[in-house]
Amino acid sequence: MATASTAAPALARAQTSARIVVVGGGFAGTLCARTLKKLDPKLSVTLVEPEKTFTAYPFSNDVLGGFRDLGQQQFGYDAVAKDSVALAQTAATAVDPAAKTVTLGDGTKLSYDKLVLAPGVDLNWTALPGYTEAASEKMPHAWKGGAQIALLRRQLEAMDDGGVVGMAVSANPTRCPPGAYERACLIAHYLKTKKPKSKLLLLDAKDQFSMQRLFEQAWTKLYPGLVERVPLSQGGNVTSVDPSTMTLVTDFESYKVAVANVIPPQKAAAIAASAGVADRTGWCTVEPVAFESTLQKDIHVLGDATLISGVSKSAFVAAEEGKVCAAAIVAKLAGKMPEESQLTNTCYSFVAPGQVIRTTSVFRADKGQLLEIPGSTDTTALDAEPSVQAHEADEAGRWFGTLTKEVFG
Amino acid sequence: MANALINAPKTAKRGDTIEIKALILHPMETGFRPGTNGRMIPRNIIEHFSARWNGEEIFAMTFSPAIAANPFVSFFTVAKESGKIDFLWTGDEDFRVTESVAITVT
Repeated sequence: MATASTAAPALARAQTSARIVVVGGGFAGTLCARTLKKLDPKLSVTLVEPEKTFTAYPFSNDVLGGFRDLGQQQFGYDAVAKDSVALAQTAATAVDPAAKTVTLGDGTKLSYDKLVLAPGVDLNWTALPGYTEAASEKMPHAWKGGAQIALLRRQLEAMDDGGVVGMAVSANPTRCPPGAYERACLIAHYLKTKKPKSKLLLLDAKDQFSMQRLFEQAWTKLYPGLVERVPLSQGGNVTSVDPSTMTLVTDFESYKVAVANVIPPQKAAAIAASAGVADRTGWCTVEPVAFESTLQKDIHVLGDATLISGVSKSAFVAAEEGKVCAAAIVAKLAGKMPEESQLTNTCYSFVAPGQVIRTTSVFRADKGQLLEIPGSTDTTALDAEPSVQAHEADEAGRWFGTLTKEVFG
Repeated sequence: MANALINAPKTAKRGDTIEIKALILHPMETGFRPGTNGRMIPRNIIEHFSARWNGEEIFAMTFSPAIAANPFVSFFTVAKESGKIDFLWTGDEDFRVTESVAITVT
């Protein structure tokens, strides 16, 4: 079967009902599955996701800041099931790209004609000495899942005034690259309003980051003396952690902290390696039109698991990829060339409650890559009036509502 | 100098192998890059780094344009006697930074 490809057999299948398996019920996978079913109701679409509840990362730092409920971040899959997308609430444990099957946690095997992997990231539990899954119960990453966000929030609430909150931020690639800096702002907001003698120490394995001047301006203006960032070139790279003594260790210093938030290095979730779509970097490369893997035919990879030059790993991009990929798969099954699409990324970051900075970029396929259209990036101006950031906050609220309604509503 | 960081143990046992780390702020401009005006940005790199323990050279390396900005060097040496370790970075545009740390060997 491996050699049977191109238009004719695909066309034959489309007229019956091609089987499409989507792994991962986040922004990319969920929207891809639902869009496939909308574009062609005859398709047999299965969404594989073990969790009953999805916790959205965008806006989750507001929960840490103490001005948003975790419940507002959480979404179920009832609407997905109503779309006649088959929901398999179990983990996908293995993919056999030659036999074109996905093995589920209960041992059953699903056959597919096209597989969409949108599994997100795994935290790399071997990359940072001392930082194991058990350590994350003491030093939360709060980077994936509601329980970890709730844990870090409880630790911040329990901390005495005057304590040092330490953040260890890994180098790129990570999901949501500005997320750590938004988090620094909102933890600082909580400390400023509730524990003003406390400090936030940001140990950073990077020198430069997205919207850097805007974030730095926010720290200086809104949280003077409260946020201290040690970049890579000042020895900020955390090389090990010790949860028993609450210590973050860099090449040059050891920092004892009251609360530690460790954002460790990441990689594409394990199922991507099983499917043979992750390369030596631990991430997945894809072609820019249908997001088909460059390593395995008929497997498409979306969202945070991919490494696409210049494209941020964001919820908004992931959702766009889900829609574009669905249309491309339907076209391919009908024996047509998928249309090239433009992708937009919008990324909102809170610097304080009701104050948001934004960057927007547009990408298009060019020479086998997805490249930013020169001059397309639009970012909140430095020194903008407070009303501008308040307006962005309103926009951000509507954006979150629209996006989550489209994906889960 | 504030722009160099050294990490060496303050004490060590005679014969112990110890790790020494050194990081310095430097752009390491390659000389192969055009600037915004289209002209090549002149090369500006650190050329040489050395460490001397009570005057005796224990580590040295020559840097090339391929080495990234803010070079970080880590090396191992054997602790022999108490005293001072002197670090020296030299390079283009008369770049010269020294740093030293004290170490007690028992």
